[in-house]
Amino acid sequence: MSTKTKETLTVISQAEIGRDIYSLWLQTDQMAQYARPGQFLSLYTGDGSKLLPRPISICEIDREKSRIRLVYRVTGKHTGTEGFSRLQPGETVETLGPLGNGFPLEEAQGKKVFLIGGGIGIPPMLETAKQLNAQKTAVLGYRDELFLNDEFEKYADVYVATEDGSAGTKGNVLNAIKENGLEADVIFACGPTPMLRALKEYAEEKNITCWISMEERMACGIGACLACVCKSREIDAHSQVHNKRICKDGPVFLSTEVEL
Amino acid sequence: MSNTKVTLAGVELKNPVMTASGTFGSGAEYSEFVDLNKLGGVVTKGVANVPWPGNPTPRVTETASGMLNAIGLQNPGIDLFCKRDIPFLKQYDTKIIVNVCGKSTEDYCEVVERLADEPVDLLEINVSCPNVKEGGIAFGQNPQALEAITKEVKKYAKQPIIMKLSPNVTDITEMAKAAEAGGADILSLINTLTGMKIDIYRKTFALANKTGGMSGPAVKPVAVRMVYQVAQAVGLPIIGMGGIATAEDALEFIMAGATAVSVGTANFFNPYATVEIAEGIERFMEQQNVEDINQLIGVVK
Repeated sequence: MSTKTKETLTVISQAEIGRDIYSLWLQTDQMAQYARPGQFLSLYTGDGSKLLPRPISICEIDREKSRIRLVYRVTGKHTGTEGFSRLQPGETVETLGPLGNGFPLEEAQGKKVFLIGGGIGIPPMLETAKQLNAQKTAVLGYRDELFLNDEFEKYADVYVATEDGSAGTKGNVLNAIKENGLEADVIFACGPTPMLRALKEYAEEKNITCWISMEERMACGIGACLACVCKSREIDAHSQVHNKRICKDGPVFLSTEVEL
Repeated sequence: MSNTKVTLAGVELKNPVMTASGTFGSGAEYSEFVDLNKLGGVVTKGVANVPWPGNPTPRVTETASGMLNAIGLQNPGIDLFCKRDIPFLKQYDTKIIVNVCGKSTEDYCEVVERLADEPVDLLEINVSCPNVKEGGIAFGQNPQALEAITKEVKKYAKQPIIMKLSPNVTDITEMAKAAEAGGADILSLINTLTGMKIDIYRKTFALANKTGGMSGPAVKPVAVRMVYQVAQAVGLPIIGMGGIATAEDALEFIMAGATAVSVGTANFFNPYATVEIAEGIERFMEQQNVEDINQLIGVVK
């Protein structure tokens, strides 16, 4: 039987932890038991005019209580995410998950690892930081306002970069790595495409392994519709073309197997 | 127990619920959610003679109660399809309907010929995809071209053929008649409606392909109307689709004249949609004392 399920999740708590950034704890039946860091959930809006599920990465997993935490950005007025931000404790949300492959923690066990997050790509790095047994350095990139950075302190050395220079290194995550003379053998990263592209190059220069979590507009979320593909370097065995499915084959890929 | 069996060109389906091409892959992904044995048939994503890479991303975007897609018929080609997808579907007690796409008449015929000896029940000829530059809709918007390709494909087909009609025409009954004249065994409609969405913040198109095919509950009234019109105009059995999300939706199509229905976009917002619809139709029949689903086909005149 598949570990993917569609469940009605109950809201435990919700808080705005930054401008338009919300933290949502959800009670699951089985989803939390199967979930792994770097996987995502697809949330249905419950609004018949907004049909497609919203893929949101998993920020934390509490197996004991069978709960999952999502940290997401409200993308605008009248959006599905705005609807989620109004959910109150006790209310429910139809959800499909856990979806995707997640970060391969075993590839980084005991090594020097960068956990790199950019903007709304930061949340999935938190559970990754919690579960990974390694020498961890979290490098978090923000536009201006910080969120979640203090929660990484328990699990990793934390370095911050802000575009406006209001905290940490002025610039991006690579600027923070260079300014602080940081080094690693393995990279796990999630964030905007320009950041992932820069990390892919950085990893190739340094000859280190880099796993990146990618994003694309999705429909089914389970690999059937072929909406969310990315370019693969080699011909993919499933598609027979240079396309991989982000929702099913990913969202985490080895940086050398995809073109950005 | 009421009868839900329907027959399409001599092929008996255990119930009228099938999947809509392109929304269900070849069933593998959805088999984790639904029992494919409970479906009348699985219509595969379009397959061509060689692998197609499809369009650049973004390939989908949401619209009010619907969506636009411009996948561009990405498919692994007929070789892998015959090796992997057909044997997968053969494990289930459901009919296998292969959607065939091509850039030229020869492409279509090559795939149809290749499928002649495969354990496939029906072929659906996709002459109505709005998202590819060659082939696809080019054959589906001109009655002469549609009749000609139908005739050609029939020469090579061992299985009955379904011609899938585009709604992006002035008069769909003309197209239905052309397909009938060309020797089609079954018609399916509607494919998606060509649409466009603009991202006003980025000042660009929401889809990389600029236009996409609109589907989902928003298109259902258009689809029901077209199924009704085609049912009045030709004698061929019809597979109705376009925005079906519930058993009630499916029954509208059946009463408008469809012998079977396909569930497409609904799979994306409810992976159990197909089986729930099949079960809902049975419940409706019991509640309404309908002994045979065939009594409902085209009941609305």
